[in-house]
Amino acid sequence: MPVEEIPKETLLWMYETMVRIRVHEERVAELFAQGKVPGFVHLYTGEEAIAAGIMAHLRKDDFITSTHRGHGHYIAKGGDIKASMAELFGKKTGSCKGKGGSMHIADLDVGELGANGIVGGGIPHAVGAALGIKLNGLDSVAVAFFGDGAANQGTFHESLNLASIWKLPVVFVCENNQYQISLPAKEHTNVKDIAERAKAYGIPGVAVDGQDVLAVYEVAKEAIERARRGEGPTLIEVKTYRFRGHFEGDPQVYRSKEEIEWWKENKDPIKIFEKVLLEKGIFTKEELEQVWERARKEIEEAVKFAEESPWPTKEDLTEDVFSTPTKGVLVWQW
Amino acid sequence: MAMVREITFAQAINEALDYEMSKDEKVIIMGEDVGRYGGIFGATAGLYEKYGPERVRDTPISEAGFIGAAIGAAATGLLRPVVELMFIDFLGVTFDQIFNQAAKMRYMFGGKAKIPMVLRTTCGAGFAAAAQHSQSLHALFVHVPGLKVVMPSTPYDAKGLLISSIEDDDPVIFIEHKGLYGIKGPVPEEPYTIPLGEADVKKEGKDVTIVATAAMVHKALEAAKKLEEEGISVEVVDPRTLVPLDVDTIVNSIKKTGRLVVVDEGYPRCSFATDIAAIAASKAFEYLKAPVKLVTPPATPIPFSPALEKEWIPSAEKIEKAVKEIL
Ligand SMILES: Cc1ncc(C[n+]2csc(CCOP(=O)(O)OP(=O)(O)O)c2C)c(N)n1
Repeated sequence: MPVEEIPKETLLWMYETMVRIRVHEERVAELFAQGKVPGFVHLYTGEEAIAAGIMAHLRKDDFITSTHRGHGHYIAKGGDIKASMAELFGKKTGSCKGKGGSMHIADLDVGELGANGIVGGGIPHAVGAALGIKLNGLDSVAVAFFGDGAANQGTFHESLNLASIWKLPVVFVCENNQYQISLPAKEHTNVKDIAERAKAYGIPGVAVDGQDVLAVYEVAKEAIERARRGEGPTLIEVKTYRFRGHFEGDPQVYRSKEEIEWWKENKDPIKIFEKVLLEKGIFTKEELEQVWERARKEIEEAVKFAEESPWPTKEDLTEDVFSTPTKGVLVWQW
Repeated sequence: MAMVREITFAQAINEALDYEMSKDEKVIIMGEDVGRYGGIFGATAGLYEKYGPERVRDTPISEAGFIGAAIGAAATGLLRPVVELMFIDFLGVTFDQIFNQAAKMRYMFGGKAKIPMVLRTTCGAGFAAAAQHSQSLHALFVHVPGLKVVMPSTPYDAKGLLISSIEDDDPVIFIEHKGLYGIKGPVPEEPYTIPLGEADVKKEGKDVTIVATAAMVHKALEAAKKLEEEGISVEVVDPRTLVPLDVDTIVNSIKKTGRLVVVDEGYPRCSFATDIAAIAASKAFEYLKAPVKLVTPPATPIPFSPALEKEWIPSAEKIEKAVKEIL
């Protein structure tokens, strides 16, 4: 999509969102290496253009469902970085009070129905959200994010079918980063584009370059507008690449250093976008540099907040199991 | 006599798989990242290089599909698949195949089918992996007739029990606690089997019996050591296989000590711990000098924060306390 057709504030928002995600993820990698962020951590570095390009069309009252690689989605959807950073640390002030962590960040205040530790687990939730939207006569949409690996789960196929026959306002976004942990996509899927699978469910399917935020923005616009108009679901496959291992600590025995370097050098979504913005004279180098500075400052503040926050206590352990506290549910001290 | 070398629990699993693959062409491995990657916990390392991609198959993320395929392959008698379910938590995706298909086939077919397959999976908390990657769901399998359930606690048991499981003609759920992969212990180089259904007395004692499973065996031994210093003699019994269950060894130990503490990482209600307590009540009631004590986590999902998770997992201190309460 010609960059001139996109409002300047949207361009700035997309650039800023990508930068915030990048800075966040690089900082989280450090914090994980220092042992401050425990558990499994799956970073979004290299895939930032997808969250930015899709979320540019979403409102607060739209819903998303996310994956184990969800930090980018959460940030782009307008999540509270302080609360999510505290969550990554396992602190009481975290968005899930330290009970969810990186793989399970959720925040209904911004329409984030949850990252998910189960591959494919969140796809049907987006269908359900869209059903609710439709039955309540709203013009919101639901977007399900998932990986190429997840596109082989039963939930993917069942969800596309349901959304199609019920004509629901949902957009399925398959982030094809070419690996399912160690298995290359060409060894787990025998179609050229996962987008082709849309045909089997009678809905539009489109594959797009996920390193080009303008391209993502364009196909997302079409799909989300179509959903808002009540014309039903779309499957978008975004071709991308994760710059880091599957999770932090992954020895990456399944791919070469050269391959990773090639992508970082030639297909960095931030560099690609930057080039367009500068060449067209939309922003100056200084303006873009300020974006990085703001992001670094914001992330540092979040880290400080997380570090200074208290740990949850013993009493917190047994809270939140049910919404209505009922006598006798916690029998275990025999 | 030569000292037996020490290897890790993960290496012991690996040796059992390697031995069975070398011995029987029908044994194949399937699962996510079991090939080039060698399994995300390293249990299948080197097997892909040795036996090739046909017999060590990386699968798409479609657990119902590939576990179902293993069941079908086993039912034909053409293969003896060993399938890896990366985390026991993902069981939910595959419920029907395991509970209604694998567990029921032989019975419903009037005994005409054999299902020689092993489903290897991992359990256990302690890694800040939160509620969807930390559970110990063995009780669910124990509940359903038609499945054998194995849960080793040492490298020695792991090797012998896995060889037995692969050679068994029934569907076996083989559960490996993530916290055990790194522990070392003496394991003979040559293959050997440990029969399913034989408990092991990990430590003899006379004042109280602790029945514990998987990683909890080590916590129980730690507690026993402390209690021993205070003059309390603890017997630690590890059932090793939950189905079939060696009821005799457990009951005989209770008869000897007159006291029972059960330690299990599964959720507290309708659990393996309550099952053992019920067995004690129905088979050894007259020998019991005190109420049976259970040490389990609370009935909550497993929290992410290490501060909370530490509270959640049964500790050696909690076991010591339970023992003292019934003395
Ligand atoms: C049901 C289920 N099976 C397996 C896993 C283990 N697992 C976690 S992430 C992952 C790979 C996911 O690949 P993909 O969907 O392509 O997403 P990506 O990590 O590439 O973003 C696997 C196998 C899981 N969490 N849930």
